[in-house]
Amino acid sequence: MTHYPIEAQLHWIVLAPLLGFALIGLAGARLGRGAVSLLGPAAPGVAFVYALDALQALRGAPEATVLAEPLWSWLDLGALSVSVGLRVDALAATLALVVTGVGFLIHVYSVGYMGHEPDGSYARYFAFLNLFTFAMLVLVLADNLVVFFVGWEGVGLCSYLLIGFWYRDLANSDAGRKAFVVNRVGDLAFVLGMFVAWRAFGTLDFARLNQEAHDDGGLATLCTLLFFIGATGKSAQLPLHVWLPDAMAGPTPVSALIHAATMVTAGVYMIGRLGGLYAVAPATLAVVAWVGCLTALYAGWVALAQRDIKKVLAWSTISQLGTMFVAMGVGAYASGLFHLVTHAFFKATLFLGAGAVIHGLAGEQDLGRMGGLARRMPVTALCTLLGALALAGVPPLSGFFSKDAILFAVGVSSVPGRSALCLLAWSAAALTGLYVARMMTLAFLGAPRSAAAAHAHEPRGTMAFALLVLAALAAAGGALGLPEAVAHGADRLGAFLAPGWAGAGHGPAAGAGGHAGLLEAERALMLRSGLLGVSVLAVGVLACTAWGGALEALFEADPGLAALRRAALGRFYVDEVYGAAVVRPLVAGSRLLWRVVDVGLVDAVVNGLARLVGLAAVALRPLQGGLLRGYAALLAAATVLLVVWAARGWFR
Amino acid sequence: MFSLRACLVVSAALLATGVYGVVARRNIIIVLLSVEVMLNGAALAFAAFGRQWLGAAGHAGQVVVLLTMAVAAAEAGVGLALLLAFERHRRCVDSDDARTLRG
Repeated sequence: MTHYPIEAQLHWIVLAPLLGFALIGLAGARLGRGAVSLLGPAAPGVAFVYALDALQALRGAPEATVLAEPLWSWLDLGALSVSVGLRVDALAATLALVVTGVGFLIHVYSVGYMGHEPDGSYARYFAFLNLFTFAMLVLVLADNLVVFFVGWEGVGLCSYLLIGFWYRDLANSDAGRKAFVVNRVGDLAFVLGMFVAWRAFGTLDFARLNQEAHDDGGLATLCTLLFFIGATGKSAQLPLHVWLPDAMAGPTPVSALIHAATMVTAGVYMIGRLGGLYAVAPATLAVVAWVGCLTALYAGWVALAQRDIKKVLAWSTISQLGTMFVAMGVGAYASGLFHLVTHAFFKATLFLGAGAVIHGLAGEQDLGRMGGLARRMPVTALCTLLGALALAGVPPLSGFFSKDAILFAVGVSSVPGRSALCLLAWSAAALTGLYVARMMTLAFLGAPRSAAAAHAHEPRGTMAFALLVLAALAAAGGALGLPEAVAHGADRLGAFLAPGWAGAGHGPAAGAGGHAGLLEAERALMLRSGLLGVSVLAVGVLACTAWGGALEALFEADPGLAALRRAALGRFYVDEVYGAAVVRPLVAGSRLLWRVVDVGLVDAVVNGLARLVGLAAVALRPLQGGLLRGYAALLAAATVLLVVWAARGWFR
Repeated sequence: MFSLRACLVVSAALLATGVYGVVARRNIIIVLLSVEVMLNGAALAFAAFGRQWLGAAGHAGQVVVLLTMAVAAAEAGVGLALLLAFERHRRCVDSDDARTLRG
């Protein structure tokens, strides 16, 4: 087995952000603002360089090479032994580059965006952001499920800390708690899945799980389903999606990094990581595809009605994550990962663009109070437009190619209910164009609808730099994975990733490359989806401008349509249902336990005992009179009594 | 020679005197004296019983009397030391004054 020099350096990928966190977190504001502004972005920057090194080594190596750096043995409990090790294959390298690369740019952006913060919370922000990068990289580079779970929980913690970053506002810390609690539900399933996996396969190691996976007695189906429930929590899929829109309470760069580009894609990455295991559980894959598709459609509808620019993007993220799960579910792992990468680019661009708008409008997030920003902030408008076009799937921007690959994979898959799934996936893609058009029109076109919008200012310095680089990536990122139908061997990302799942025997999409008929079909599909993207976008823009009045009148006139709009604005009342079905019974039950069982029973017993002791003490107190003569008299009397009792026989 | 009965009557009288002194008097010096009187009453009973039942050959009664004297001397020493400390602290020797520990 060949040895690669980078293998001994892998730990620096993880260690650099951890060191950044330790330095900034411990020294904090004493370092000074300049040092924090340098150290914060430097940490993911260093990790990025090492990840790039690993990528170079992998590109020079034979297919399906795995770079591994065993670190130490963590647990050794007889049958169960857990070691800590880092493992970089094509999949992990891709993710590590996205996490550190996009992470670096967002750190740079944050230097400008968080510039108004006082020194202490500025340092706290960067410490948390570095800690997040560390946890995410642990998750990505883990070589077994236990270490993976450490990263999984670590990113959850950082998400909680950063959503509630402005914790003085109760709504923000409530949102953080909601994210944390909803994620716990999924994490419980994930832990149970680990138990099942260990019971069924006797190992928690990724490599062995993927190789030795078999579905005896449905155990593989069970544990993959449990893992997927964990993924619905982390990646905000139905029915555990409710936390992500609320998570927008955090600073906008956090939304871009954690709640769009990296952490929420952990569920998709997990399925890719366990690709071999999922391949032997086709029932789970069907569930994944259907849940993803329904989520994509549902979230698209809700995004269409939101008024807050960040909420639109949050629902769009849920929808796009659903699309990724569709790809994973039909076995097109490489396409799903491709969409993950392009989504990281264009959604980060959109969030940073939205952040620039919010920053320029002094905190205004309501689309209804924007308008006409294209004239005031042309650079932001252009960058956001690139991200938006990529999201809507307009050729030749990145999102077009990745979404196209997924739609194609769904079309040629053998998933149960393929035609229906296809229809729904296409509908979700069309909805994307509509809500993107609505958001862009409301924010950037027309006349300013508030004083802040009329006096908006363009971002400068680090914010503009990060925004421009990400916009360029969003535009050109598709070049990573051009379909086979465009040019032979153009799908470089697919070719790089696919050998990792070679033994898994997944869907036909990967092996379909060279087939002439399929190529023809893909070209036709690309034409259709490109046309769909452009036309829907055009319809959306028209609906929001020229036809706006007529549409508004239609919605007002028809009570059914008006109700639909209210329902979409209210997220189809899922939160209310959870509130009535879960939260209120839980609160009522807690209140019952508190008022009746705790106060009425437990406290009553304890307090009663205390009162009894008190009464006894009052009764016995005169005995302890403090008078020496009293004690002596008692003693004498007692002695007399004892003697009389001992001598009782004599008096008979 | 006194009879056993006479000795026991005197012994009981001594003990009763001592108990009365301990219970009824407030001057701690008198209380200590009364304790000594009680001890002597008990010692007299030992000596009388020793002579009655063990005869001239047995000395156990006398031995206990000597032991009681030694213990009484030690007790008096400790008691008087405490009394001195108490007197310095409170400028009096009234036992009713020492009521800090009443319930």
